[in-house]
Amino acid sequence: MKLHMKMASSLLAAVVSTLLICVPATASELKIVMESRLGNLDPILSASHQTRDHGYLIYDTLFALDAEQKIHPQMVDSYKVSEDGKVYTFTLRDGLKWHNGAPVTAADVVASIKRWGKRDRMGIALMSITSDVSAADAKTFSLTLSTPSGVILDAFAKPSGVPLFIMPAKVAETPVTEAITNYTGSGPFNFKADEYQPGVKAVYVKNENYVPRKEEPSWFAGGKLAKVDRITRIEMADPLTSLNALNSGEVDYVQNINSDLMPLVNASKVTTARLDQLGYQISYRFNHLQAPFNNKLVRQAALWAIGQQEVMQAQFGAPENYKLCGAVFGCGLPYESDVLAEMVMKPNVEKAKALLKQAGYDGKPVTILHISDIPSLSSVAPVMAQQLRAAGFVVDLQAMDFMTMLSRRANQGPTTEGGWSIFITSWHNTEIQEPLRNFMIVAEGKGGYAGWADVPAIPQLTKAFLTAGSEAERKEIATKIQSIVYDEGVFAPLGSFARISGFGKDVRGVLPAPANIFWNISKGAP
Amino acid sequence: MFGYIVRRSVMTIPVMGVVALIVFALLHFAPGDPAAIMAGDSASPAQLAEIRARLGLDQPLHIQFFYWLGQLGQGHFGTSLHSHKPVAEMISSRIGPTLSLAVTTMTFSLLVAIPMGVYAAWARGRLSDRLVMMMAVLGFSTPVFVTGYALIYLFSLNAGWFPVQGFTPLATDPVRFLQTATLPTLTLSAVYVALIARITRSSVLEILGEDFIRTARAKGVPEARVVLRHALRNAAVPIVTVAGSGAAFLISGVVVTESVFNIPGLGRLMVESVLARDYPLIQSLMLLLSLIYILINLGIDVLYMVFDPRIRA
Repeated sequence: MKLHMKMASSLLAAVVSTLLICVPATASELKIVMESRLGNLDPILSASHQTRDHGYLIYDTLFALDAEQKIHPQMVDSYKVSEDGKVYTFTLRDGLKWHNGAPVTAADVVASIKRWGKRDRMGIALMSITSDVSAADAKTFSLTLSTPSGVILDAFAKPSGVPLFIMPAKVAETPVTEAITNYTGSGPFNFKADEYQPGVKAVYVKNENYVPRKEEPSWFAGGKLAKVDRITRIEMADPLTSLNALNSGEVDYVQNINSDLMPLVNASKVTTARLDQLGYQISYRFNHLQAPFNNKLVRQAALWAIGQQEVMQAQFGAPENYKLCGAVFGCGLPYESDVLAEMVMKPNVEKAKALLKQAGYDGKPVTILHISDIPSLSSVAPVMAQQLRAAGFVVDLQAMDFMTMLSRRANQGPTTEGGWSIFITSWHNTEIQEPLRNFMIVAEGKGGYAGWADVPAIPQLTKAFLTAGSEAERKEIATKIQSIVYDEGVFAPLGSFARISGFGKDVRGVLPAPANIFWNISKGAP
Repeated sequence: MFGYIVRRSVMTIPVMGVVALIVFALLHFAPGDPAAIMAGDSASPAQLAEIRARLGLDQPLHIQFFYWLGQLGQGHFGTSLHSHKPVAEMISSRIGPTLSLAVTTMTFSLLVAIPMGVYAAWARGRLSDRLVMMMAVLGFSTPVFVTGYALIYLFSLNAGWFPVQGFTPLATDPVRFLQTATLPTLTLSAVYVALIARITRSSVLEILGEDFIRTARAKGVPEARVVLRHALRNAAVPIVTVAGSGAAFLISGVVVTESVFNIPGLGRLMVESVLARDYPLIQSLMLLLSLIYILINLGIDVLYMVFDPRIRA
């Protein structure tokens, strides 16, 4: 009997061990989990960061920024600028090929620039002073300006908002309001459209045709070496599940680990790092069309009522998780300024009350669109609401998911008809670091960005920034814009934060960058 | 019975028509704009208007509704606004995990819960009865995500027996299917075992108090036969009702479990499509789920007739 029991238990153990061994990822496959799902595959139509990161895998760019924020040629081999600063002539480097093996031509680049120039804010500004963009031959193209500008290469190299990804001409001819359906690129990885399952997974394989640059990789510049054969992007809705999968070795890379989950990281198996040192600016914007914020004094009162420290502490906890910053164009960035920053940094309840009294505020409710489904924004609105109440505002806090906020925000009507008073969002600092990229300063009235501020001086100064002759002049313009933005109550920053990413101990070569990039990464023993 | 099934099946058509109208109206009157979601944070009003026009969302609602009905009539469920994949393809790729989980959960739950409930009823008032009912209360009142995370912590992260997340279809790899389906099945079963065991216990208890049971016992019928043949069969109707409703709920509403175990099923697809205001996808999913509910209710009614000949009459 005992012998039978022993045999039975041995058999059971063998069966169980066969059944229960988990399948690890292979050394040539990188399994990644991003913060939110990949919903759109067109990185020109959509400015979503997930779509941008998808774009960096399969497309290449003309120029790229390195970790020093210097601009380097990427697809371009060389370029020259005419003496009057109006004609830029670019030559593509050798060996550029599409995923299907066809050569990348200047005509492809021209079509890509034209499509991007209809969608991206900086691209639109650039096109407003461009009289011609055309291909001279298969490898040479030129950009002719009506007025010289010092930010052409910045526009071509900027990594966020809508980066200038180069697509085949036939694809780039798709109307900019219509999503592309052909995902041929010339980047280090090839998108496997046949394996794409929206909401489940996206697969990328090494592009054997890709000829990387010889320079060392740094941010988006230098050699983009695909060191794994396959990248599988797995969509996970739950942050704890992502972390559990990382701890157990089922996935290799998790873009974001929430600060409250950090104690659960298995440090013996997982490396954590703030790969994106620039981080994100959290900010809010008023609805200038409807009461109570159609009154400048009421907007100013709100700016004085809301303080950064309380909001950021409630949202991110420990001070190392966030940074206070009163600069419209970000801190530690070229156009940082402290002009009028005191209006948005520390709360001054007495001043806010005095301004409200002066404005004759009648208790009209302030409707705040409270985003509750994004961990990095979910605690912001309740703290802001309390600060506004302390100053005498009547506040209506309405919780919703981010997508609903986007829909709701388009409503220009009064709050009684589904309108709003304040929305909160976050932008990557590379997206707000100067006037041509920064959407939060847009003040072009009803046809402009949500909030619909109408302050003609701001677009005028933004245009002056585009055509400014020197960096000193640009700096002066940016500072002027900041003072107008705060005085008019166009928007206010709340501070910045950087995400913490995690990856397995056997994952090497992860590059810090202000986007998620997956070239140079390898797996397994050195 | 065949005539009854045919009659009920025909009645499904007007019901589905009403469902289609309600779903369409609810979606289009609720706040939300797919164009705003597609265009993202930085779209201008002009760009939004262009996208709306391209999607046909600027057309009057009745035209959009009849266009959709016309498409449905031709067997076209439309294309997802965001992924541009056919809706039918998206649903068919996500229904497998949900159905698999529903089948494993209901099978496991019935196999465990019915014996538990029958035993508890037979042993009424004893310690074993109280233990079974205590387990049922615990299973029913513990949120599924707590059960799921606890099982992951114990059996995946600590013991390393099962993967933390994911799903492999049975046809692709049966062993891997068992690995990936075990913990989600146990998680969901905790609720259903509790529910079905309680219903089974109370139904069997009620029957055990009937005169015909006393007569059977007086005639010397063995106790096992009394309980299983006479009591359980007559207690089957409420059990079938609960199990049927549970199966319908499993197919439409297990989004929490699907999220905790990262299973790409219909629940997550529904939430994703609602968040993205992907109208063609939401509408088709709602129609499909309504159809499943109708079919399951029909199945339950048929089973009533099998278990209780009085209903057939």
